[in-house]
Amino acid sequence: MEKKMYDNIVNTHKPTETRAQNAFIAFVTGGLVGVIGQLLIEFYSYNLDISTKDASVFMIVTLIFFASLFTALGFFDKWVSFARCGLLIPITGFAHSMTSAGIEYRKEGPIFGLGSNIFKLAGSVILYGVVSAWFFGLLRLLIMGG
Amino acid sequence: MIYLYSFLFAGFVCLIGQLILDNTKLTPGHITSIFVIVGAFLDTFSIYDMIVAHVGGGALVPITSFGHLLIHGALEKASDFGFIGLVMGMFDLTASGITSAIVFTFIFALFFKPKD
Repeated sequence: MEKKMYDNIVNTHKPTETRAQNAFIAFVTGGLVGVIGQLLIEFYSYNLDISTKDASVFMIVTLIFFASLFTALGFFDKWVSFARCGLLIPITGFAHSMTSAGIEYRKEGPIFGLGSNIFKLAGSVILYGVVSAWFFGLLRLLIMGG
Repeated sequence: MIYLYSFLFAGFVCLIGQLILDNTKLTPGHITSIFVIVGAFLDTFSIYDMIVAHVGGGALVPITSFGHLLIHGALEKASDFGFIGLVMGMFDLTASGITSAIVFTFIFALFFKPKD
């Protein structure tokens, strides 16, 4: 009897449902950020009369600006805890990690607080990105000649 | 049509990230680092360039494009200067993203207090 009741309780709290739900939310939010990116690219290339390549740089700066601003204003954390990877995998997650670390550690001073900790979370992305890009670039130079 | 592809590709990348996050012990820090390496790896064979050409903004928004831009800038300079070019061009295309993130973070950190 005790065992049965326990199993019932376990079954009602099983996280399989929430996992599917999390994955769905991440898919939709991530997709929406992608659509916003494409919209911004077309907006900039049409209105400022610049190439798609330059417009994509403008788009990334815009997304970083708004992710930083919303993080500083305090409500981006709630969005991130709702959408998880939907907002962490896009470039907004990079800006969010830097701004939240910067604001969090500012009280420890401008050098050992803000300066040392600004890349606390984003540093690993840059480190492994640079090392892997260098390594794969070397491979490509050696094997395919550039 | 490009909007649909953007939605599907960016959503798909985030979906994979969320599945890894929920089913393993890896943190978001691990996942973003892995995705950057995957982006750099895919661009080694120019696969990511092909994806960007078809998908547009949806392929440039996920963090995988960060790895793609790093190796892309490095290879561009490497075609002129050889092995030293790899080091010269590494941040050529990502400079805007990193610089803007640093500058905005600094400005906002000066004016905003942490919310608890």
